[in-house]
Amino acid sequence: MSIATTYRTCPRSGLQFESQAEWLIKANAFVAVVWLLIGGLLAIGVVLTRWPAVHWLEAQTFYMALTAHGLDMLIFWIIFFEIAVLYFCASTLLRCRIATPRIAWLAFALMIIGSVVNNIAVFRGASSVMMTSYVPMMAEPNFYLGLILFAVGALIACFVFFGTLVVAKNEKTYEGSVPLVTFGAITAAIIAVFTLVSGAIILIPTWLKSLGVIDQVDPLAYRTIWWALGHSSQQINVAAHISVWYLVAAIAFGAKPMSERVSRTAFLLYILFLQLASAHHLLADPGLSTGWKVLNTSYFMYFAVLASMLHGLTIPGAMEVAQRQKGYTKGLFEWLRKAPWGNPTFSGVFIAIIGFGFLGGISGVMMGTEQLNMIIHNTIYVPGHFHATVVIGTTLTFMALTYYLIPVLFRREMIAPQLAKWQPYLFGFSMYFFTLVMMGAGTLGVSRRHWDMAFQGNALAYEWPGAAYLMMGLVGISGLAAIAGGAIYIYVTVGSLLWGRRLERGETSPKFTPVPRAAPTLVAQTYGSAGFAAPGTFVLAMVFLVAFVLYYFINWKYLSTVWGLS
Amino acid sequence: MSAILPPTERLWYKHPIDRVEGTWIAIALTWCLIMFFMMIGWHIWGKQNLSTETYRTTPEQFTTKAQAVVDKWTVRTETDQNIPVVAPPPGSDVYLVARLWSFWPILELEKDKTYRLHLTSLDYNHGFSLQPVNINIQIVPGFEHVVTVTPNQSGTYSIVCNEYCGIGHHQMVGRLYVK
Repeated sequence: MSIATTYRTCPRSGLQFESQAEWLIKANAFVAVVWLLIGGLLAIGVVLTRWPAVHWLEAQTFYMALTAHGLDMLIFWIIFFEIAVLYFCASTLLRCRIATPRIAWLAFALMIIGSVVNNIAVFRGASSVMMTSYVPMMAEPNFYLGLILFAVGALIACFVFFGTLVVAKNEKTYEGSVPLVTFGAITAAIIAVFTLVSGAIILIPTWLKSLGVIDQVDPLAYRTIWWALGHSSQQINVAAHISVWYLVAAIAFGAKPMSERVSRTAFLLYILFLQLASAHHLLADPGLSTGWKVLNTSYFMYFAVLASMLHGLTIPGAMEVAQRQKGYTKGLFEWLRKAPWGNPTFSGVFIAIIGFGFLGGISGVMMGTEQLNMIIHNTIYVPGHFHATVVIGTTLTFMALTYYLIPVLFRREMIAPQLAKWQPYLFGFSMYFFTLVMMGAGTLGVSRRHWDMAFQGNALAYEWPGAAYLMMGLVGISGLAAIAGGAIYIYVTVGSLLWGRRLERGETSPKFTPVPRAAPTLVAQTYGSAGFAAPGTFVLAMVFLVAFVLYYFINWKYLSTVWGLS
Repeated sequence: MSAILPPTERLWYKHPIDRVEGTWIAIALTWCLIMFFMMIGWHIWGKQNLSTETYRTTPEQFTTKAQAVVDKWTVRTETDQNIPVVAPPPGSDVYLVARLWSFWPILELEKDKTYRLHLTSLDYNHGFSLQPVNINIQIVPGFEHVVTVTPNQSGTYSIVCNEYCGIGHHQMVGRLYVK
């Protein structure tokens, strides 16, 4: 079957873009960045209000801004960008036309309408229910309707992605198995389907309740099913940004996965176990049995954590092997010292990997432990954790990928390359600090989603320790630094699209060139020392493990000193 | 660039595993299992486990029971809102009502004595955040959660609501004494 379309081969990367897919990727990525901009502006209000010395916004405005910030960042920015990544991993990497482009545009339109309808409801001011919108607190009907439309659009986009895989298979654009990066994207899309369907299952009755059609939505059932959207959607991010890490390792170093078997099995573990994640948010809830909590919060014996620990080793490991093959073999870390630190695509990804593992990963497992959860539940430790996973992990990774896509996909020369070079460091390290002080304040008990930690005018006011105020002040300062980093990203990307020098299209042909297979895997044993192909990475992994074990048991130690509970 | 190309070997699940990876898998898996059994072990040997004893309730039912305890054991009132300070005997059932935007009543417990603390919300979700100990429990409307608590230090404690519950959320703070 032949369909009238063209394929452009990018002269800078050798990637082949089908024209419909190219526009869809651009459109989705662009809208994503617009949401990032809106979410970033809202972040200024949130951060400056939680900084006790500044305490900028009025309570009502603060709760509204916080609701919008959560939705715009966690849902709209990330999922729009993920849809772009999905199309890229299917159509571009497999060099095939995108399935049903009209339906893909319909999905895009639904997602835009949904996100705008939702945001209008929030900014009207009567829907400050936070992203989680726990019943029986109700928002305006359009709040839910917007989310439902968005979810349906994103779901359709996932099916366009699956359809594209079928097209590639039928038209034989590649041989054998799909590339690892596409495999990871498939994982993300499968989790996305589960997630978005869960969202629809619980938001539709809630919408009907807001319209007065039905009387009641059970608060506990809402929490359980909503979190299959709320947490599992973060697992889409994990699968997606880890795929991008493999992609960037391949682009920046020509790195091969150390073992396709290990990396793909790790992705399979995500599909099998990540959906259990709802439980993380319900550990301090009534009504759920201990067995359910223990089994689910651990992703069934921590098999999904195992998967992340594997990716955390294999990605830097693959980089190390590739670097050693190029001759950077001195000592344990020459491969790392000689890495392209001036290239924001690489530095962004590497800062993301380290931050995601050390800050996001360790804190996530700690707070996802049934009993330990009681000492952080709903404190500002929680946003500290997920800013480490979603901002340092996902957002920074997507920023790094954008720097690669500006010349390749958008065909523009990047403006201000020096700024771009520093942006991952500014953004990444200020976020490192931001998440650390947030977790510090959370350890002291400071609440999340709280306008006034001084409880002014309340006869029973609780006085937080001075250290808590200090930490929240540091949250304000580092938050502003991170926002400045985000602003540079927006300036560089949007500026490049507007004013960057146009780059040549490259050759266009009406037919795809099939994807070649990779060169045979070398047995990498010869490049390492002591029989280890990637000894430097292994040492890093052991440092990680020691930090993990220590931090985990310190928290148990603290727990053992608090009130007896049974 | 093989991560973005189809693997050469048709059956990727038969690829050899490098020694670094094999060692790491063994270590990581062991650690995962230790963490898993730690949670179970704490239920056997640990002293801080969240109770799962829960009943469905309604605002009327719960308020009636809470009022009965308040009527029986109030020792004094505090603040200009005359919030009762309730000191029930050790081992008994004590009730804490969370509602927009206060906790009611003020409890006075004895150190190293055990109480059955009943929690519910009369309206939205609320959070029971006991400070400065930093114990945090979710309060869900319609569910009566019975938590057995044993305070191990005397002092004045605060209960901060840490689940967002509307515009007055940041005013929702209660008190608890341990003698």
